[in-house]
Formats: sequence, structure tokens, C-alpha cells
Amino acid sequence: MAANGDIGFRNTAWLIGALAMMAAPHAEHLPVWESLLCVMLVLWRLHIAHRNLSLPPRWPIILIALGTAVGVALSYGILFGREPGVALLIALVALKLMEMRTLRDAMLLVYLGYFGVLTNFFYSQSILIAIYMLATVIVTTAAMLGLNQMAGELPVRARFRFAATLLAQSVPLMLVLFVFFPRIQGPLWGLPQDAHAGLSGLTDTMTPGSISQLTLSDAVAFRVTFATPMPRPSQMYWRGPVLWNYDGRTWTQGRPTRFKAPGFQPEGEAVRYTVTLEPHNRHWLFVLDLPAELSARSRVTNDFQAIAYLPVRERMRYEAASHLQYRSGLAEAPSELQRALQLPPEFNPRGRALAQSWRLRGGSDEAVIAAALAHFREQPFVYTLTPPQLGEHAMDDFLFTVRRGFCEHYASAFVFLMRAAGIPSRVVLGYLGGEVNPVGNYLIVRQAEAHAWAEVWLAERGWVRVDPTAAVSPARIESGVAAAVPAGDPLPALARVDYRWIKQLRLRLDAVANNWNQWVLGYTPERQTRFLTRAGLNAPDWKSMTAALTIGTGALLLAFVAWTLWRLRPAVQGAVQAAYLRFCSKLARRGLPRGQAEGPRDYATRVSRARPELAQVVDAVIQLYIQLRYGTLRDEAAVAQLKRLVAAFKA
Amino acid sequence: MPSAIDRVIHQACQVILGKERQIRLAMACLLAKGHLLIEDLPGVGKTTLAHVLAKSLGLDFHRIQFTSDMLPADILGVSVFDRGSGAFKFHPGPIFSQVILADEVNRATPKAQSALLEAMEEHQVTTEGETRPLPRPFFVIATQNPSHLVGTFSLPESQLDRFLMRIQLGYPDSQAERGLLKGLERREMISTLSPTMDAPELLSFQQKVRQVHAADPLLDYVQALIQRSREAADFEHGLSPRAGLALLAGARAWALMDGRGQILPEDVQTVLPAVAGHRLNPAHGLAKVNGTELVEKLVSEVAIP
Repeated sequence: MAANGDIGFRNTAWLIGALAMMAAPHAEHLPVWESLLCVMLVLWRLHIAHRNLSLPPRWPIILIALGTAVGVALSYGILFGREPGVALLIALVALKLMEMRTLRDAMLLVYLGYFGVLTNFFYSQSILIAIYMLATVIVTTAAMLGLNQMAGELPVRARFRFAATLLAQSVPLMLVLFVFFPRIQGPLWGLPQDAHAGLSGLTDTMTPGSISQLTLSDAVAFRVTFATPMPRPSQMYWRGPVLWNYDGRTWTQGRPTRFKAPGFQPEGEAVRYTVTLEPHNRHWLFVLDLPAELSARSRVTNDFQAIAYLPVRERMRYEAASHLQYRSGLAEAPSELQRALQLPPEFNPRGRALAQSWRLRGGSDEAVIAAALAHFREQPFVYTLTPPQLGEHAMDDFLFTVRRGFCEHYASAFVFLMRAAGIPSRVVLGYLGGEVNPVGNYLIVRQAEAHAWAEVWLAERGWVRVDPTAAVSPARIESGVAAAVPAGDPLPALARVDYRWIKQLRLRLDAVANNWNQWVLGYTPERQTRFLTRAGLNAPDWKSMTAALTIGTGALLLAFVAWTLWRLRPAVQGAVQAAYLRFCSKLARRGLPRGQAEGPRDYATRVSRARPELAQVVDAVIQLYIQLRYGTLRDEAAVAQLKRLVAAFKA
Repeated sequence: MPSAIDRVIHQACQVILGKERQIRLAMACLLAKGHLLIEDLPGVGKTTLAHVLAKSLGLDFHRIQFTSDMLPADILGVSVFDRGSGAFKFHPGPIFSQVILADEVNRATPKAQSALLEAMEEHQVTTEGETRPLPRPFFVIATQNPSHLVGTFSLPESQLDRFLMRIQLGYPDSQAERGLLKGLERREMISTLSPTMDAPELLSFQQKVRQVHAADPLLDYVQALIQRSREAADFEHGLSPRAGLALLAGARAWALMDGRGQILPEDVQTVLPAVAGHRLNPAHGLAKVNGTELVEKLVSEVAIP
């Protein structure tokens, strides 16, 4: 046996290439030491295969394996879960290469390669990863072909063609499995919490800087398709968490949310739309101010937050209807209004004094609001993504000294001033506007569109939205962040680029990703049920789905077998040969099959010897067949005669 | 079977006991206008077979014993100056005969061998610038010792290809052996044989062989066999186009001897070992395998279309 296992350098290189393709995306989240270890092991293995050296003995490999396990446990603090599990798998695959001695080991690695492809979907299910993994599967299959083709080496192109053909043949089976395999709520693999770490999005608290940080992200928050005409960007306030409590620095939601069915008086037509929300690991569903209907499994709180029953841990689709013009909260409970006036007494004396002076001067609530907005408009306030640090009396610093801030500064300062003047008010977080993608005609809302605004309660009008950012920077409201901030400020790369073709390309790619989300990843249990019901499967449960799955795959396999048999059928040349083959199969059923190389006369002789009572009729059939097939007899009547004889023949 | 051919074979079987199949193949080879190579040990009846066939068919017969010092002129003939007429006169060699028994052809040098083989192919002899036709029918039965025996120049493949068939006689079975030991001396028996056919009759049979019908499905089968011989790893080379023609000719003759006007796959299968055996060399590494077994394997692997 050759030192590098029986499979040779070429096959080893192919296999390692396929495994490396599989493992490469993991390098992003594996510990650096492990990535280096894997690269070293692979290079060592290639060297061994190239020089035809013998593999290292087992004990150092076992030691490295143990060391890796300890290292993974130290790096992650645990050996179980998604991250350490994948880290262990990758390391052990690299180590398995070091003891690949036989063809069987190589095949095991091929299957590990296929399995490893799946692990990449733990991290991303984007279409790019899917395409890359498809390529990986093709290369892995090509490597496997090499292993099974020990005698003749296939040229590379033939190898790829063969592998692609194999995969293409499995496409119908894949589609049946995709449609019929019973979906379960949530990810197929019960992943622990760490699967959702690192998802970006709004949080339920607001401190100065928390939103401007988020604004640097290009990540998509959600996408919206409208059933009714799309409102103007400046009207699209996507409502998220509502913050009531202020401790002098941080805004929080305060006491637990109450799920009291809130009423409001809609004015004007409803806007209907479908949101595809990216996972953000929180309960909020973003809806336009204010939601009237919502399809998702969720409830609407008394301050109009849409709350899902479960944290949004995978992409979610819901339909909603909202009224952009409304009157709400005219009969707000006094306890709620009391909450909306709370302020920590010990901070920001100057700000308080300013608000109270407006109250003393003007009197009415509207006049105070106007005075506050005028203050922001007339004093030299600057809208910037990079505001300086604020001191202990954050509001005083912001209002009187620094005067530079982002939307969260303006929202919180405005609500602070209102409360100081005795007007009930609260902070609302969410997103404003979005980017319209003409390719596919839908709205993309990115994290960069995160926004904070204020709501004040007026006795005659109820809760009214006031966006103080509009007073400082009208451009933010009308045209988005990029137009609003000074040129020197850092911005998400995508928001800044104004080359048209890059923008076009980006929008096209996003449209593809959107379809992928809608039709592939969005194939949830609900959609599956709906689809199967429409396909005629009544009240599909997992039993009927399993039955459909079995029938579907079975039918496909049968069709494939039938096709193969049809292709391999003996070449039937006309009626004569067909009749003869029928005659042979009749005899074959009686235990006298014709050998493939057995001529008609030899066959007749053998049959007559085994079944003397048939000799006469067999002889008649064979004589006629010989005349028709090998002789010069070309007579329709004789052919008919042969058919009759065969039809009447009973073995 | 046409009765004349039947009688020839019957008569031959009286002399050469227990070898009916080989006698039939030899007859088929003759009817297909081919030449026959008999390869076997000395003393199993090669000469007797040739002699019996010639005598039964009413043909004149010459035997050429090939030796290592033989020259082409010993076969073809020489021109000798005739003092009486004052000119050279051609003295025909033993090749000018209807049935030639070229005995132990592989003991001669290649030069002498090629003189015979060219005559076989061309059905004419050219010496000293003059071409002389050979008599018709013209049938060469060559015998050779198994090539591993000492003092042989084995025939090259190109020359083996000119023999339509090669048969092996083999030892007689015990019953035939006993009959042989009890019976008269073979040479005496041959002298008492009477011709059962004459040359014109034989030529007309040869003409009839050419009219036996080969249907398209049968040609498909022949082509499949040839193709398989070229693809199979068992053989060094596949069958040549000439071998395909020989196979068809042999099968035609066999079908005629069976009294039929069309070839059946069975005819092809029957003559295939004799036609293909000397044309197919086992591939390297398979030298110990019996060539006949390989041909049987070839037959069993090809489905009759």
C-alpha cells in the first residue's frame, strides 16, 4: 500500500481542495489559532501526499486532537453549542486527513465535507453563501468521482461535467423534499442562544450615541412591499419601542408593557403593506404609525408597539395596515399621563428653568412646543453623527454648550423640555423612510435609517408626533441621513456612494436577495400549509406531508427507473422482433429464459428438449421467425401469422 | 444438406474416426473458397484428412513437405533449357494442383513460406516474368506443428490472416482410437476411396455459397462481435475487416451445408472459433488462457440483436 493511502496525490489534493472550500467561510469566526492549525495540518498532509511519505503515527495526532478540544473549550468557555461545535468539527476534519490511510477514510472525509457544507448555513443563509456552497458540493462530488475512478483519471472538465450532471439529476428530488418536508417553527437545529448574538438592531434603551452607532451599519433591517400606493419617505415613521423612563442619562421602557387593546380614530385611507423583517432577537415588529391590522402572531400594546410572541430570531413576514392620519389617546389614563411627566429632579437645572420660562411666557401647550422647536431652529444646533461627549448634566450640556447631536439627542432633549414644562411626552424609536428599490418595487429599510422622535399629549388632540430633528435638519426627514450630515462625518459606505451604476447594481442584488428571502427562506410552516392546501392537500399535518413526501420521492424514483429501463430496452426492430421477444418472455416466465447470445435455433432445440410437448409449436414459431428475420421473407401475412402464433402460445 | 456434400463428409468420416466436426469445418472452408490451416501434433491425421478430401472430391492432389532448406522454386517450378527445342521450358512445381497439402509449413524459411502464401492469395504464380494461373478449384491445406516445437519459423500474423480457418484435430476419443487400431491401414483405405463429386460440381456449390442471404440483423450481429473483439481487454488486437469477411463466408458455407438459404446467428457462432482463433492473440498477461475459451467468452458476451 502506498504511504499516502491508496488514493494518490491527485485525489488527495482534490479532496483537500473540496474540504478547504467547505471550511473557508468558517475562518471568519473560528479562533485564529485553530485556523492556523488547520492550514498547517493541510499543508503537512499535502507534503506527505506529494512526496509519498508515510503518515505520522497515531499518538501525536491524538495529542493534537485532545489539545484542540481543550483549546476550543478555553476559547468558548464551553464545548457545546453552535460555535464550539463547528470549531471542533473543522479541527477534527483536518486531523482526520492525517490518518487518511484507505479509500474508506477518504470516503468518510467526503461525507464529512457534505455535512460541513450544512454548518455554513448556521451562520448565514444568504444567496451568496448558498451559491458558494453549491460550488463546494460540486467540487466535493468531483473529488468523490476521482475516488471512485481509480483506474482511469478523468480530465478536470469531464469531472466537473459529471459532478454537475449528478447534482442536476437530483434537482427534482430536492424540489420534492423542499416542498413536502414538514417545516417546523424556528430553525431546524435547536440552537442555543449564542446563535443570535451579534444581530444588530434597535435596543429597548436609548443613550446618547446608541442610534448614531447603528446608523453606521448598512445591514438591512426590513423590506416592505406596498399593496396600496407607497407614502412619501418623510411620512414613513416605522414605529418600534416606546420609551417612558428617564434617569438623567438613559431612556428605558419603564414598567412592563400593558396589552390593552388601544383605540384610535383613523383619518383617511389605510396603507396596506407586507414587511419581511430581518432577525433582530427582540420582540418588536416595525409598523407604520399607527397600526390598525397585523397578521403576525403578535399583540399591540397601549402605546402602539407591535410585540411578537417570540423574539424575532429568523426572518419573518407579516402583513399590516396602518393609518398615517389619526387621533389617538384622547382618553389616556391619568396614570399613564403621570408616567409621561416623570423626570429625575436632580439633573439639568438650566434646561428646566428654560422650559418653565416658556410655560410662564406663553401659557398654552402648543406655544411651549413651538418655542422649543424654535429654540432648536434658531440657536446654532448642528446635526452630526459624531457628537462630543456630554457631562453629568447631559441635557444642559447639549442645550447650552455643545449643541451638536444626532436624532436621539434632539428627541431626548425635546421630551425633557416638554416634561419640564409639564406636557406629557415620550420617546419613540424606530426607522424613518427607507430606500425605494425600483427593481422589484419595494422599500429597503436599513439600520442606517434608525431614528428617534417624540410624542406629546395634548388635551384636545391626544398623542401627537413631534420630530425635533426636522427643526434642526429638515433634510434628514426628506432625503435621509446622507443628505443631512456634514460631509466630513463617517457614513455607511453604501449611503455615501452616489455613482449610479454601483447604486443600480446594489439595488439589483438586493432584489435578488429579497426574492430569495421571500420564496426560499420564507417558506415557513404557514406558507407550506397554505401552499399544500392550495395544491389540494386538505388540512396538511405532518402525517399527510410525510405521505406526500414518500409518494413524491417514490414516484420520482420510479420514473427514473422506468426511464433507465426504457433507455436500456433491447432495440426492437419492428413487429417481428417484438413478437419474438414476447415469445421469449413467455418462455422465460416458465423458467426457460433465452440467453443473450443464444440463437433462435439453439433456443428452440433447448426448449423442445426441456418441454417436448411444446416442440411442434415452438418449431413453427422459430421457423417463421427465422424466415422473417434472417431470410428473405417480407410478407405482411407471415408477420401477422407470427403474431398470432405468439399470441396463442401458452408455455 | 445437399446429398453430394453429405456423401463426401460421410466418406471422410469412415476414414477419420470421431472428427466429424473438424471434417465439416474443413468442408465449409473449401466451399467458402478459403484455405485451411491445421495445427496439431504429428500423427493425428492431418495428412490423411487432406488426402481424403482431395480423393472424395475428385481433385488432383499434391503434397509439399516443407523443410528448412526449401526454395521458392521447389514450390512454384523452374524453367529448364530444352536442348531439343532450343528454348527454356517451364516445369511446373507442385503448386499447380487443385488440392495442396503444405505439410509442416512452419518448418520452412519465411522466403519459401511467402512463395506459397502469395500463390494462395493471388490464385496465380509469377515466375521469370510470366504469370501462370493456378487450377480451379484451388485449395491449400497447410499443417503446422504447434509453434513451441523446436525448429519452426512460426507464421507471422499477416500470413495467418490468409487462412480462412484454422482447426485443431486433437487426439481421438477412446472409441475412435479403438476403431483406428482395429481397422485397416489408412493409406490402403484412401486408395480404395472413389470420388463422390467432381470439380465442376464443387465450383457450382461454391457459387451457391455466395448466394446465401445475410440479413441486416445478422450483419448487425457480426459487427457487434467484431466491435466487441476490438474493445475487449482480452485481445491484443481486434478482428480485421478481412476477418469479418471470412467470418461471413464461413457462416454462409456452414448454412448451405445445413441446407439453408440464410445465415443464422448460430452459423456465425459455430465457425467463429475456427475463423477467429488464429487471428486473435490473447492480450499480454493472458498468455496462459486458452484462445478458444476467450472466443467462447466473446460469443457469450455479445447479445444477438
